[in-house]
Amino acid sequence: MSILINKQSRVITQGITGKTGQFHTRNCLDYAEGKDCFVAGVTPGKGGQDFEGIPIFDSVAEARAETGADVSVIYVPPPFAAAAIDEAVAAGIKTVICITEGVPVKDMILTRDRMRESDAVLVGPNCPGVITPGEIKIGIMPGYIHTQGRIGVVSRSGTLTYEVVDQLTKLGMGQSSCVGIGGDPVNGLKHLDVMKLFNDDPDTDAVVMCGEIGGSDEEECAEWISQHMKKPVAAFIAGVTAPPGKRMGHAGAIIAGGRGTAADKISALEAAGVTVTANPAEIGLAMREAIDKS
Amino acid sequence: MKVHEYQAKEILRARGVPVPRGHACFTVDEAIAAATDLDGERWVVKSQIHAGGRGKGGGVRVVDSLEGVREAAEAMLGMMLVTHQTGPEGQQVNRLLVEEGVEIARELYVGLVIDRSSQRVVVMVSSEGGTEIEEVAATHPEKIFKKFVDPKIGLTEAEAVEMMAQLDLDPAQAAEGGRFLRLLFEAFWETDASLAEINPLVITADDRVIALDAKFNFDDNALFRHPDIVAMRDTDEEDPAELEASAVGLSYISLDGNIGCLVNGAGLAMATMDIIKLYGAEPANFLDVGGGATTDQVTEAFKIMLRNPDLKAILVNIFGGIMRCDVVAEGLVQAAEVVKLKIPLVVRLEGTNVERGREILEKSGLDMITATTMADAAEKVVAATGN
Repeated sequence: MSILINKQSRVITQGITGKTGQFHTRNCLDYAEGKDCFVAGVTPGKGGQDFEGIPIFDSVAEARAETGADVSVIYVPPPFAAAAIDEAVAAGIKTVICITEGVPVKDMILTRDRMRESDAVLVGPNCPGVITPGEIKIGIMPGYIHTQGRIGVVSRSGTLTYEVVDQLTKLGMGQSSCVGIGGDPVNGLKHLDVMKLFNDDPDTDAVVMCGEIGGSDEEECAEWISQHMKKPVAAFIAGVTAPPGKRMGHAGAIIAGGRGTAADKISALEAAGVTVTANPAEIGLAMREAIDKS
Repeated sequence: MKVHEYQAKEILRARGVPVPRGHACFTVDEAIAAATDLDGERWVVKSQIHAGGRGKGGGVRVVDSLEGVREAAEAMLGMMLVTHQTGPEGQQVNRLLVEEGVEIARELYVGLVIDRSSQRVVVMVSSEGGTEIEEVAATHPEKIFKKFVDPKIGLTEAEAVEMMAQLDLDPAQAAEGGRFLRLLFEAFWETDASLAEINPLVITADDRVIALDAKFNFDDNALFRHPDIVAMRDTDEEDPAELEASAVGLSYISLDGNIGCLVNGAGLAMATMDIIKLYGAEPANFLDVGGGATTDQVTEAFKIMLRNPDLKAILVNIFGGIMRCDVVAEGLVQAAEVVKLKIPLVVRLEGTNVERGREILEKSGLDMITATTMADAAEKVVAATGN
C-alpha cells in the first residue's frame, strides 16, 4: 500500500509531446513499474500518434475510454494548465497531478470551485509530483534517491524534498509515498489532506512534513495532528530568515500582514507534539528522534 | 506586480469606480498646470512611491493655493521619502499625484485579497478607515466585515449594499457604497489583482462615495494577459539586483547579511538562508537558479552577488535532481574564472552524478572549499568569513 498512487495506477500524461512532458515521461517510464503504468498521452491535434510506444489521444476523455486510466499528470504551459485540470476532472480522472509552474491564481480559484462538485483529488500545481518508491514515480523528482519503506513525506517544495528524502534514505529510513503539494497560494491537496491519508495508510509508520512561510496550512495541519494523528511526525519550516512582504520564489511563500511567519508555524507544530528541527541538515534525524520517543 | 496610486486610480476610473479628479506629474510645472486645470480652492499633493505610510513620512500635503502646490511639489520631487515600509534609506520620489481636495464626512476601509483557505476572493469592509487594517484586526476584529465571493457569480450589488449597510451608513450612502464595492470587485477580478486596498474610502460632505487612496497588486502569473498593466511597471521602485536577476531567469532577493547563496529551488534556497543564520551568520540574499542553472546563469548570479560590497563569502548549495551535478560543476568552474572570484567559495553538491561533479571541482585547481552536507557547508562558509 501507499497513498494516492501505486503500481496499479494507470496514468495519462497531458502535454506529452512538449519538451518537458517528453523528458519526464521517459524518466517515469524507466522508474520501477513505469512501463506498465503510463498508458496514454494527450495532446490536442496529435491523436493517433505515439510517444515511446505510448498512444497519444486528442482528449483525456478518449484516452480514458481507451485505456481505463485513473490518474493524470499535467505538463501543459501555464495559460492552459487550469483548463487541462478541468478536462481531466470532467473525464472522470480520480487523481490529477499538475506539475506546471506559473498558473494564474484566478484560473485556480475557478478550477478549484468547479472541483467542489467532484470527488477528484488535485496535487499541485507548481509541484514535483508524487512517488511511491519501488512502484511508480509521477513527476519530476529524481527516482534513484528514494527507497521503499514506511515513512511518508509531504512538502511544499521540490529540491528541499529531495534533500529530506536523501537524508532519510542515508539513515536507512525508506519512504511509503512522497507528495509534493506545491508552492502556490491556491492549490489542491494541502498538508492536512495528505497527513490524513498517511494516518490511514497501514504501510506508513511516521511522517515528515516540510512547510514554508506563507498562508496558514501548516497551522491548520498542526491543529488536526494534535487531535487525531496516531503516528509520529517530524517537521521543518523554511523561511525563518525570510523578510516580510517579499515573495521568496514560490508564489505562495510570502509573509503578508504579519501572518504566515515561520515562527507561528513552528510554535503551532511544537504545541501539537511534532518534532520540529530548525536545522534543514537534520530533518532525517528529527524523524528518527520522533519515532524513538513515540 | 505593484503599481502607483495614480495608476491604480486610472484603472478604477476606467471601470467607473469613483475616484477624485487628479493628474500624475513629473515636474513642478506639471504640478501647477494640473492644479490650475483641476481648479477649486484646495488640492492634495501626493508623493507616488510603492511603499505605504507616505502621509506620516511627509509625502502628502493638503494646500490651499497654487503657491502651496509649487512649494509642496518642490519639496517632494527628488526627496528620499522614508516610511515604515521603505527601510531607513527611503525611496526617491520621482512622480506626484495632484488631486482635487475633497470634504470628508467619514473614512471607511475596503480591502480585497485572495483567501487561501477558502480559495476565494475575500472582500473586507470596516468603519475604521484611515488606520492600518492589521491594527484593527488585532484590537477590534468585530469591526471588520468579510464576504467570501462565489467565483461563479461574483459580488452581487445586493450583497455589496448589505455589506456597506453594516457600517452604519444611511440607505442612500449604503446604496452608493454598494455600487462602489461591486465595481471595485469587478475591477479586481478583471485585472487578475492579488490585493486591492482602498484606505480610506470616504463619504464626502455631499454624500459621494469615493476612493481617496488606492493600492493594487497584481498576480505575476497572469500578467501575460494584461499588457496594459505591464506597461505601468516602474522599475525605479525595484531593487536593481532583483531586476537584473529576473532578466536572466533567476529569482533573487537582496537581504542584509554578508554570505551570498546560490541554490536550486525556492524551498532549499530558504532552508540554506536559515542554516547560515543557524550557524551564526547572516545571508546576503535569496537566490533560486531554478531547474536550469546554465554556465551563463551561474556567471550572472555570481556577478549580481559580487556587486554587494559587503559580501564576504559565497555558498553554493545544489541538489541535483534533473540538473546533473557534473554540469553544475563545470558551470561553477567557468563562472568563477570569468568573474575572477576573490572571496571564499564553499560548494556543496548532492544528487545526480555527484561523484563526477566533485571530481570536476577538485581537478579544476580552483580555490574553493567543498562540503558534503548542508551543515558541513554552513559551518565552513561561516568559518571562512571569520565569524
